[in-house]
Amino acid sequence: MSVLSALAKAEAVRAGRAQPTAAVRHLHLGERPLVAVPLRLAGEAAAPLAIMIGTARGDQNVLIVPQPRDRVLRLRFIEQLADIVLPYLASFLAESEELTSKAGETYTRCLDAPQIWTPNEGGVNFLKLLGRSVRFHRTDGDNPVPVSIPLLGRWLTWFGDRAEHPGSAVLPAMTSALSAHWATGQSALEDGNLAALLGWIDPPPGRTGAEAAAIAEDPLQSPPAGPATDPGFDNEELAPLIAAYSAAVDENARAVAAERLERSRRGQLEPTWQLMWRALDLLRALPPGASVENRWTDDRGAFSYFAAEVAEGTPQARRDPAVRAVRRLLERERALEALQAQCAFDDPLRMLEHRVTGAAFRGTVVHSEPDRVDRSGARPKLRPHIHIRTTDPFLAVVGEELTCVERPKQSGVVVEIDGDRMVLELSGGMGRKLVAEPGSVPTDGEALGFARFSPSPFNGLLNLPAREDTPWTHGGPPPEWVPPTDDEGEELQ
Amino acid sequence: MTTPDEAVANILTDLRDASHRAIVVDSPPGAGKSTLVVRAARQLAEDDDQRMIVAQTNEQVDDLIDRLAGADPGMRIGRLSSTAYVTSERVDQHANVRVATKPGDLADRTIVIGTAAKWATITEGSWSHAIIDEAYQMRSDMLLRIANRFDRGLFVGDPGQLDPFATVETARWAGLTWDPTMSAVSVMLANNDNIPIHRLPVSWRLPATAAPVVSQAFYPFTGFESGTGFGDRRMAFTTRGLGGSIDAVLEEAAATGWGWYELPARHTLRTDREAVHALAAIAARLIERGATAHSESGSHPVTTDRVAIGTAHRDQADAVRTALRGTAAEPVTVDTANRLQGREYDVTLVLHPLSGRRDASAFHLEAGRLCVLASRHRHACILVGRAGIPELLDAHPSAEPVHLGVPVKFPDGWEANQSVLSHLTRHRVRATAL
Repeated sequence: MSVLSALAKAEAVRAGRAQPTAAVRHLHLGERPLVAVPLRLAGEAAAPLAIMIGTARGDQNVLIVPQPRDRVLRLRFIEQLADIVLPYLASFLAESEELTSKAGETYTRCLDAPQIWTPNEGGVNFLKLLGRSVRFHRTDGDNPVPVSIPLLGRWLTWFGDRAEHPGSAVLPAMTSALSAHWATGQSALEDGNLAALLGWIDPPPGRTGAEAAAIAEDPLQSPPAGPATDPGFDNEELAPLIAAYSAAVDENARAVAAERLERSRRGQLEPTWQLMWRALDLLRALPPGASVENRWTDDRGAFSYFAAEVAEGTPQARRDPAVRAVRRLLERERALEALQAQCAFDDPLRMLEHRVTGAAFRGTVVHSEPDRVDRSGARPKLRPHIHIRTTDPFLAVVGEELTCVERPKQSGVVVEIDGDRMVLELSGGMGRKLVAEPGSVPTDGEALGFARFSPSPFNGLLNLPAREDTPWTHGGPPPEWVPPTDDEGEELQ
Repeated sequence: MTTPDEAVANILTDLRDASHRAIVVDSPPGAGKSTLVVRAARQLAEDDDQRMIVAQTNEQVDDLIDRLAGADPGMRIGRLSSTAYVTSERVDQHANVRVATKPGDLADRTIVIGTAAKWATITEGSWSHAIIDEAYQMRSDMLLRIANRFDRGLFVGDPGQLDPFATVETARWAGLTWDPTMSAVSVMLANNDNIPIHRLPVSWRLPATAAPVVSQAFYPFTGFESGTGFGDRRMAFTTRGLGGSIDAVLEEAAATGWGWYELPARHTLRTDREAVHALAAIAARLIERGATAHSESGSHPVTTDRVAIGTAHRDQADAVRTALRGTAAEPVTVDTANRLQGREYDVTLVLHPLSGRRDASAFHLEAGRLCVLASRHRHACILVGRAGIPELLDAHPSAEPVHLGVPVKFPDGWEANQSVLSHLTRHRVRATAL
């Protein structure tokens, strides 16, 4: 925990409500998000119990598995889920833009992409596991399943993969999103409880955050946001109802039992459902950060790319082969670095963290030489000098390059340090002439920030061997994929 | 136990054996790894076929070139560099070294050296043999990018140091033999059988007071010894102390090779102000009192360039640097464990990674971190920290998830920390008010 986040937590306790740690919203909020609150059977990795899912507060579809140990019923549930999710995904494929890559190839990118919200990281993991459990189900041969089941499995796997990509907003977890924007007076573990977290951020009138969070701890007043259910509910409500369903003697009795099960699970889901929409409203009230749009564009690109793969029938790999694993790792590391820098550049509150640790500073320009020209090289170059004074704990090093926060295209090289003043030689973002464009060079008295990091992602080409050139140190080339044939299926039996 | 000479001879014999696709050499801190690399390079260079050497940082490349070129002025060495590289003095002074950005410009060289990152930009050509230095610091993804450039490899490194790390979640690859976040040696061993693994048995850097402690804590199954005996290394001060706890810990360290400066128990921020000031005060007093180090290679004063301060986090290093401003110890190197890897000093001061913490996370428990910090010194190591770390460890047994197919890693950080701490209690000096 950094000094500032510790301070924010202390402030939250004193004020009795959460303190904002971000001035802008750092993730994209879809216009038509799909909110999903899944519940799982205790003790099983991916046995769904129920899900409440929909794209609007009033559009709550509840799907249940009356007897979650029955695999046929589970598959029926996943099929129903696919009937909701797949049309939602398809609705984003209708409108797309035509683009040309640097290599000259044209490709299409959807104008918008789907966004699935779950209450917490547990929900994200559950959807991912649910997808993984069905994505290789056979749609032919013995015991075939409908095509939509493995298709949903592949999509959910993609969502889970993409959710791990730093800066992605296709499958966000609500508690993580809220914790990134507010600091509460409770521990990070307690922030994993959506009701308690919202209690701190937006306490009901007349109550403090701590009081609201205490109420949220009572599973009877606010049932857990899933995917794990309250053990009391499991024992006293769920188990007898499932037993009644299993013991039902005829269709009529079974329908009654199923109806009771649905009502009971609806009761567990409904409070979280309301919290989810309240939380979305809170997030929507924040203005988006400047770079949010760009990151969402990456998500749109990834969505369109995978949609095209699905359409072409490209198989989804069971696991990452060596080269793909390396590519994914490097891409994610780059994305994370860019994300952290972009958030700081978008948001003075986030930048504060870096100013405290000495990775950035804010100061005042005390002297400016906007028309200084460097004539030492073959061609004269516009290189204005600014003298800037700061009281931040920033230990500058002569020769290091800093990026200007207000003008991210402009960088300044430290040429001289004198106590709390330093001289920066500016380059970039001033036009092509030997006289700077008006307003592109800071003037006397201007307050400016500079950082050791830059928000523009490093997009250099990754020189990785081709799949068939995987070296001996990494197990050599992976085997080629061959479509499974019916013979193989028979051999397995 | 094999002697160091036998160990090197065995490695060089295996190197001539074409049936080995790779050879691994595990080297504890200061065990003559660079000397081995130089000898191996000279042997490989005998037949005039060009060989490649891969190191991890420009600093390491320059060090190696300096040693190689000095050892054999007749050897034609090429340094493969990026366009941004400024030739250092160490490299420039050797007439037999040429710096170039493309291997094509180094065709007449018998040895071509570059950083792994530079080699990764080369997409063509193939070398019969490569030496990979500091291979345990290199991440698997880097090896993937350069492995097609060579047929056979000599992997040299220190398994006790910090494992390479990734900044993102890596669980999805756990258990794959090609997990891109493993070290280069681990991934190569996981995918190839019958690779000979050699070990250098003697540390020339660590004094007799430190080798057993470090060996027992961090190399429990592959012990090593100190190349020097008790009493071979001595450190003495030219002035007398003032009698406070700062002087007491310095004298304890000078006499026994270890010092544990213990501040009262307290939960603190990462940049614990009292601990930072204690480090700065000890460093300043060490310089002010003018220590002299006596060793097998003669006597010399312990000046600021022979002292380093190590921390776990960058902000801690920054805080120490700020605290050192204006003191006699201002020029002293202050860095994180990651950056101190492979470096050597007479005296090191260390901010204990677990000092003042409320929890013992995997990062702070990592055995390699403490190992790096506690094995940089030739004479003495002083650790600074809050009381109560053993209790903290007892409250936080390692609880990392276990993944299928991932070999259990030794040494266990939790146990290594306990082992070092129990040794340090014998050298404890309790802080009095500064």
